[in-house]
Amino acid sequence: MVSPARSAFHEGALHAAGIPALVLAAGYMGFGALAAGNGLTFAGTVLSTLFIWALPGQLILVEMHTLGAPFFAVLLSVMLSAVRFLPMTVVMMPLLREAPRPKPHYYAAAHLVSMTGWAWAMARFPAIPPERRLGYFFGFALTLMASATSATALGFLAGDLLPPLAKLAFVFMSPIYFLLMLAGSTRDALGRAAILFGAVVGPVAHFVTPQWSVMVAGVLGGTLGYATHRAWRRRTRSR
Amino acid sequence: MSEYVLLVVACGAATYLWRGLGIAVSSRLAADSELFAWVGCVAFAMLAGLVSRIVLIPSGALEHTALWQRLAATAVSLIVYFAVTKKNLLAGVLSSAAVMYLLLLAAG
Repeated sequence: MVSPARSAFHEGALHAAGIPALVLAAGYMGFGALAAGNGLTFAGTVLSTLFIWALPGQLILVEMHTLGAPFFAVLLSVMLSAVRFLPMTVVMMPLLREAPRPKPHYYAAAHLVSMTGWAWAMARFPAIPPERRLGYFFGFALTLMASATSATALGFLAGDLLPPLAKLAFVFMSPIYFLLMLAGSTRDALGRAAILFGAVVGPVAHFVTPQWSVMVAGVLGGTLGYATHRAWRRRTRSR
Repeated sequence: MSEYVLLVVACGAATYLWRGLGIAVSSRLAADSELFAWVGCVAFAMLAGLVSRIVLIPSGALEHTALWQRLAATAVSLIVYFAVTKKNLLAGVLSSAAVMYLLLLAAG
């Protein structure tokens, strides 16, 4: 609902402060606890939420760094994991541009694009007047970021306050958050094929090359999933 | 600045690269091309590989949990997420933590 008395920014912030921020906070709390459990620094962990603002990339960073992967390998893997932002912003831009704003506004908004914010914006934008969309997005995404950053810090610190067994349970929330996000986000067979092959290649590659296993799972598993799906589609279509 | 913070900043820049590029080329690029379909597969597979590796062969704190405990907690979270609550992420995530805690307590 859009009330003209309230600014678009305020409106977006209100919509984020609820289930979206709460779910994200659970994921980031687990991430904070996981990073603390892997012996990383508090500053580096909290900064990663602000600078990277993509939980998959942050998890890759933490896991690879813990396994002693070289700087360049970590950077390359995180970079590859973020390629999805390119099509995401490409799809979102035309909706924002219906009411033109100075370019820097768009480049600032780009940093705030995340899975949650993007999916929400894509669903709500059509019902929001074009001139209110950018403000709404800033309000929504910045509220998410504030919640996630506090949750990262809280998860990192709370991990040490909890009894050891409760901490382990807390840390386990992080991979499960991803598992459910992954399992719940794919509506098509192509995505499911990629997930299936990646899930098999990942652990196998870990035995061969732990430091590069994330990359191998992505490129090899992803390509196998893509090729399998396309071959299967060609066969069923030619029939 | 520690080496890790430097790595965090570099990874942040590498992530922003794609977001900024998306803005720059948005008027010239079709988001439904085959290249993006493949890139999406790579991103999905990467994350799936990472998650299955963490559940099967964890590093860090989770090394102190047993494989059967992780598998049981994972199964419960999937059941809660898909069957019980019709895709409630919060319920799925919290149920896995609760099951893991109870299993760790029971195992002593």
